[in-house]
Amino acid sequence: MKARVHVMLKNGVLDPQGEAVRHALGALGFDKVEGVRQGKVIDLDLAEGATEADVTAMCEKLLANTVIESYSIELA
Amino acid sequence: MKAAVVVFPGSNCDRDLSVAFEQAGFDVSMVWHKDSALPEGVDIVGVPGGFSYGDYLRCGAIAAQSPICKAVIQHADRGGYAIGVCNGFQILTETGVLPGALLRNAGLKYICRTVNLKVATSDSVFTQGYNAGDVIGVPIAHHDGNYFADAETVKALQDQDRVAFTYEENPNGSVADIAGILSENRRVLGMMPHPERAADEGHGGTDGAAVFRALAGMVTAA
Repeated sequence: MKARVHVMLKNGVLDPQGEAVRHALGALGFDKVEGVRQGKVIDLDLAEGATEADVTAMCEKLLANTVIESYSIELA
Repeated sequence: MKAAVVVFPGSNCDRDLSVAFEQAGFDVSMVWHKDSALPEGVDIVGVPGGFSYGDYLRCGAIAAQSPICKAVIQHADRGGYAIGVCNGFQILTETGVLPGALLRNAGLKYICRTVNLKVATSDSVFTQGYNAGDVIGVPIAHHDGNYFADAETVKALQDQDRVAFTYEENPNGSVADIAGILSENRRVLGMMPHPERAADEGHGGTDGAAVFRALAGMVTAA
């Protein structure tokens, strides 16, 4: 099984990197960009028997810092 | 008095911290990240600055899961003293020993210079050598020093007099200008600025030495 974890800064937490990307896009003439948020994608190769609950536990314990980040899990 | 300084792969302020403890009169032992226990009778643990495990994933995230960090958490849980500086502060927030998190600097740049800090409370073993309101010059050297906690947590820190130091001119976007905080029992200090780099005449300033001097004689093994 494969799992893809998306980790994003929570709404309300300033994302200075996203802001820098937004400014750079504006400088390139892309003037319709109103906001940019930058995050991480983590792909996991999982052995037989792994469950979504396992991936959730991984996110809670290590992959995301839930003080500042939210996460979502896609299984494939 | 015994101090232990944790050494992770990528720590680079471990020896500075060790020297600052020694100059204040501590016997210092260095403990490796794979060790699962602190030396017997340790009064205070220092978690140093640097780039533990390359700061992969998030600053301090991997270090927080290391064997020695489990021992540091147990030490703090039973009322032991600890100080985390820079990466050490990031690690202590990742372990949950201290609240909040350190984000990328608001200006996105790595900042390395001496800044003015205000001593926000003298009510701790770490800050009792100062008067509240004193302004001291201490170096910062970080890319991810932007302290963040939700409004409720910040209010609790302020209401409980747990903000140890604030920036006079906020260099990194930290909420409420926070540069360092104390645990609920006031025995764990985390701060982004480096008092161990302002602890000797050779550093060009000794404003940070009072942190270590004040600790000497005051801490007792938990």
